[in-house]
Amino acid sequence: MMFPVGRYPFAPTLVALLIVSGNATPSIAGTLELGGSIANEVRVFPGSRSFRGQDRSVVSPSLVLTPELTYRSEGGNDLVTFTPYVRLDANDERRSHADVRELKWVHLANSWDMTAGVGKVFWGVAESRHLVDIINQTDGVDNLDGDAKLGQPMINTNAITDWGTFGLFVLPGFRERTFADDEARLRGPKPVQAADATYDSRATNKHVDIAVRWSRSIGNADIGISQFHGTGREPVMRTVTRADGISAFQPHYDIIDQTGLDAQYTSGSWLWKLEAMGRAGQGKRFAASVSGLEYTFYQVADSTADVGVLAEYLYDGRDKTAPATPYDNDLFVGTRLTLNDEQDTSILLGGIIDTQTRESFLSVKADRRLTDHWKMKFEARWTANVPSDGFYNGVRNDEYLMLRLARFF
Amino acid sequence: MHTKITSLKKAILLAVVVWAIGSTTAHAITAEEKGLQIAVEIDRRDLGFGDSRTDLKMLLSNRHGETSVRELQLSTLENPQTDAGDKSLTVFKYPRDIQGTAFLSFTKILEPDDQWLYLPALKRVKRISSANKSGPFVGSEFAYEDLVSFEVGKYSYKWLRNEACGELQCFVIERFPKYENSGYSRQIAWVDTNEYRIRKVDFYDRKETLLKTLVQSDFQQYLGKYWRPLKMVMKNHQSGKVTELEFSPYAFQVGVNKTEFTPNRLKTIR
Repeated sequence: MMFPVGRYPFAPTLVALLIVSGNATPSIAGTLELGGSIANEVRVFPGSRSFRGQDRSVVSPSLVLTPELTYRSEGGNDLVTFTPYVRLDANDERRSHADVRELKWVHLANSWDMTAGVGKVFWGVAESRHLVDIINQTDGVDNLDGDAKLGQPMINTNAITDWGTFGLFVLPGFRERTFADDEARLRGPKPVQAADATYDSRATNKHVDIAVRWSRSIGNADIGISQFHGTGREPVMRTVTRADGISAFQPHYDIIDQTGLDAQYTSGSWLWKLEAMGRAGQGKRFAASVSGLEYTFYQVADSTADVGVLAEYLYDGRDKTAPATPYDNDLFVGTRLTLNDEQDTSILLGGIIDTQTRESFLSVKADRRLTDHWKMKFEARWTANVPSDGFYNGVRNDEYLMLRLARFF
Repeated sequence: MHTKITSLKKAILLAVVVWAIGSTTAHAITAEEKGLQIAVEIDRRDLGFGDSRTDLKMLLSNRHGETSVRELQLSTLENPQTDAGDKSLTVFKYPRDIQGTAFLSFTKILEPDDQWLYLPALKRVKRISSANKSGPFVGSEFAYEDLVSFEVGKYSYKWLRNEACGELQCFVIERFPKYENSGYSRQIAWVDTNEYRIRKVDFYDRKETLLKTLVQSDFQQYLGKYWRPLKMVMKNHQSGKVTELEFSPYAFQVGVNKTEFTPNRLKTIR
């Protein structure tokens, strides 16, 4: 088993900070709270494997532990949060991994706040693609949806003014993306030499990245503009030949400059969404966007259920030298069913379809609380119309069903 | 010259209006005017509370006797102006899977409210549609519109009668929602004549059928002035479901930070 936490550049500092904050807690008036969850996850791969040597297991279990420890000072102006993450996977050595999702101190003042430590930041409004979200690296083995992120070391200050919120992010230390192991399902067309990643910057994974963001709500509109300079989170996958003669991917991380815009206009039952970005540093400077809408029918057929309809258009103008993306000219359609019952049951069904090749990536996600402490999640993902040179060709047989049972404490 | 005439006209108009108002109050006022007067008095007695905070327990039960619990913290920031309503922040504590989820609402009078939802697992703040006024709040019998701050301008009113309500005397008034997307055709409220506390409300659905009854009790007075019920029971007559709210004693004028009620600050909740 491999634990990337050992390669984590700031691990000793973080452990020291944790010990200090742990010891300090009892002597300071405040509250300490333990939360989080332990989950058992089972993935079922009904399709046959695509590559020789790939795992044949149809049923693949996994255990995920994410406790959350929060200390809140008296008056609530200081917060220390520690969220470790451990996953043990039966079939994928690299999916068995540990991470510090959060270990941060947050100080809140009247018109500003500051965060120091490891944290997670989300920017964006779209459903189908997180385009402008750039602070955290994607935890690629946790889930395919890109919602799981690795903890990012940061010092962040936000000024809250009548003109909106101005944020500055100093990001020391880069987190490499996680990839499935050579034999695992969902590995993709070639094994990934994740440990041999290369960098544009001579500082490699110690380059200090900088980001700024302005965001504001003006009437029905919520707008954010951001600028990032540093190591791009998306690697270019270079083809290399391993010592054993096997062709493999080697991730390369470029220094990029990215400008992002995210905006939502909320009017009645309509949400109008736009995310756009321009990026330099990976081939020719290019632009990409996600634009769309969400309309909700409330209390359909005299029930308490809501039905939402989502549609988004995805454009990406990058060339072949930039990291590959399936979202060059695609359409996302989806529907969200929210029962508004005591169990908070919700179902999201969606698909992203390439407008030229019809190559599609589809998914269903469903959530339901079983009791006060147990929650169930179901997920299914599959592809359709994948051409031989399609983006999803390497995972075309890796459609799966996933059932997750989580106990919250 | 022209301006002089205009101001003269204005003065005459003002005199006429003053005389008209004076004569109506001097004579018997209509049931609508009396209903409005009662609503204005309810609102006036709550002016100046500044901010408040309370923890509350929500007990949901259905007609089979199955129950579930929610725990949340509710903070309110008063808007001293009358052009818009108060701001409220709800943070969920229990069940644990929604712990840290926060709901921020800026109440308006007739326009749709501004609402944001914070999802701690994704660290995502979502602006949400507030058109869903009549939808259930976290699976309870309280609709979103039942929980927003009381603003006079949201309804038109009619006084029906005075009658005994327990040991007290109550005004019985009808209120008709003027805002869009309400699930109600009207509400009938019992307001005690001593302290203008709303003790009971009957909610009639769009088909004019009795839908729900809210009973408020265990009133406590704060700062020698502001009354709050520590218990609310909402019964749905059509589904048989009941939601009980038990409030811990309120803290008033705790000096909650204004910036706490901004969408960007939701990210620092957890």
